[in-house]
Order: sequence, then C-alpha cells, then structure tokens
Amino acid sequence: MINWAHAGPSALAAFLASLVEFVEALTIILAVGTVRGWRPAIIGTIAGVALLTLLVLIFGPALQQIPLHDLQLFIGTLLLLFGMRWLRKAILRSAGLVGLHDEEAIYQKQTLKLSEGREIVRERLDMVAVATTFKATVLEGLEVVFIVIAVGATGHMLVPAGLAAAAAGIVVIVLGFILHKPLALVPENTLKFAVGIILSTFGAFWIGEGLQFHWPAEDLSLLGLACGFLIVALLAVWLARRIDAAFTLETGSVTSNGAQKIEEGVHS
Amino acid sequence: MNALRTTIEEIYGLFVDDGSYALLILVWLAVAALGFGRAPGGASWGGPVFFLGLAALLLENVIRSARKIAQERAGQSL
Repeated sequence: MINWAHAGPSALAAFLASLVEFVEALTIILAVGTVRGWRPAIIGTIAGVALLTLLVLIFGPALQQIPLHDLQLFIGTLLLLFGMRWLRKAILRSAGLVGLHDEEAIYQKQTLKLSEGREIVRERLDMVAVATTFKATVLEGLEVVFIVIAVGATGHMLVPAGLAAAAAGIVVIVLGFILHKPLALVPENTLKFAVGIILSTFGAFWIGEGLQFHWPAEDLSLLGLACGFLIVALLAVWLARRIDAAFTLETGSVTSNGAQKIEEGVHS
Repeated sequence: MNALRTTIEEIYGLFVDDGSYALLILVWLAVAALGFGRAPGGASWGGPVFFLGLAALLLENVIRSARKIAQERAGQSL
C-alpha cells in the first residue's frame, strides 16, 4: 500500500518533470504525424518506448545491487547537477535574459524541415519520420526514466514516481489527441523553475544522506531545503533583472549621449 | 556512429550546460565529502553548510551569466 503523504514530494517531482519532457516529445511527434503521416510517427514512438522499457528492465534491477549510501551519493550527484542546471536556466529565462522555450515555433520549424523531401517517400515506410519520432521519444523518455529512478530509487518510491510519470504521459497524450496541436500554453518555464527546485532539493538531501550527514528534522529537512532553494532562486531572478536593467540604462545613456554629440556636431 | 555521438552529447547535456558551474558543484561536493564531512561534528552541520555552498554557487553563476548576456546585448545595440 502506497503512503501518498510520504510519497507526495517524489510523485509531484516525477509528474511535473515528466510533463515538461512529454510536452517536448509530443511537439515533435505531432509535427512528424501531421507532415509525414501517422503510421511512421507511431512506429517510431513505439520503437522508442520499447527501447526505453528494455533499458529500464536491464539497468533497474542493477541499481538494487549498489550499497544504499553509494546509491544515494551517485543518484544525489546526478540529481543535483540536473536540478541546478534546470534552475539556473529557469532563473535566466524568468529574468528575461534567455528566450523562453516556444513549442509553437519548434513545431513550425520541425514541420518545415520535414516537408522537404516528402514527395519522394510515399509507398515504402518513411524512415526519416520513424527515426525522428524514435529519437525524440528516446531522448525525452531517457530524461523521464532518469527522473523517475532518481526521485524514486533511493527512498523506495519507484512505484509512486513511475505512476506519476505515467499519469503525466497520459495527460499530455490526451490533451495532444484532443487539441491536435503542440501544448504551447503549458507554462513550461514555471514548471522548470519548480522542478529545478524540487530536483536540487532531492539532490542535496540524498548527497547529505550518502555522506551520512544528520539533517536537522530528518525527512522534514526536504521542506526546509526546498524553501531555501526557492528563496535563493527568487533572489537570483531579482539580481539578474537588476543587472540587465543597469546595462540597458548604461547603453541607453551612451547611445543618447552619442546621438546628442552627433546632433551638436550637425548644428555647429 | 553519428546517432551514438548525438545520444552521448544529449545525455551529457542533461547534466552539464555551463561547464564551470557543473565543475564547481562537483568540487564543492568533493570538499563536503573529504573536508568538512570528516571534520569533528561535521555530520551534524555538514548538511546546512553544503546547502549554503550550493546557494552561493547558484547566485555567483547567475550574476556572472547575467552580466555576460547583458554585456553582449549592450554590445549589439551599440
């Protein structure tokens, strides 16, 4: 029986992170299906899912053989690198310094790219389409598998994390099926911001466990760490905005000074 | 071969975006494991100190990246 109160943070992290990855995979699968046909798109997707299942079946049981503290340290390190990378990018995006991930633009780009050479393949199986969806499914799916293992393996939460990721997949597939267009309205950066905080929290916590630190308040420290990362991330967004504004102001004054000098030169 | 290379690059890209940032995180982890993790009483204050170091690394990297991007933008608009 799953204790959902205990499994909540792992399940939430797996659901939100998987949602982002599934949205990205769906964009490419939709582009392929629309332009090159649904048969190769679905074949590529199924082949990708089959490879992922095989990898999980091979490597999943191997994880159980690793001693707990080593596993915590290894998974914690990967989670921390993964989470801190997402958080850094989400902060820079929130501050307006890096462009947002635009699913609609990616869909248009993929559609245009796949339209080239479409006439040539009509009778036989369209291998370009199969390879494109296969690659998208495997790469985005690998991230989902990694997230599920990372948030689930160390705390015996693989089942709730896996179920949450599957739920995210179903939500995205159903929405994609109904809307028949990329899910551009999903607040991807907000999700990445939240997931970055959750994954960094888990990463730092598991590393601490692996190094046999005694967290104050034990498992409740997860909440404290999450609040800490949130405060630091919000502070980082504020600082990045101030830096950008300061540079913009400086450039503006330099440009206007230059314009003034040119104007003075014209008048004299 | 090309597909394998792409896959390896994609997997590497999952964890490393800014190389120096990832390296500093790993260095801090090593300091935690070999340094204050073994110090007297390190087990009790190690966790919070480890978090503070990570927070500092994140802030430093965001400030550095923001300056770099803003500088590039400024250079383009001039």
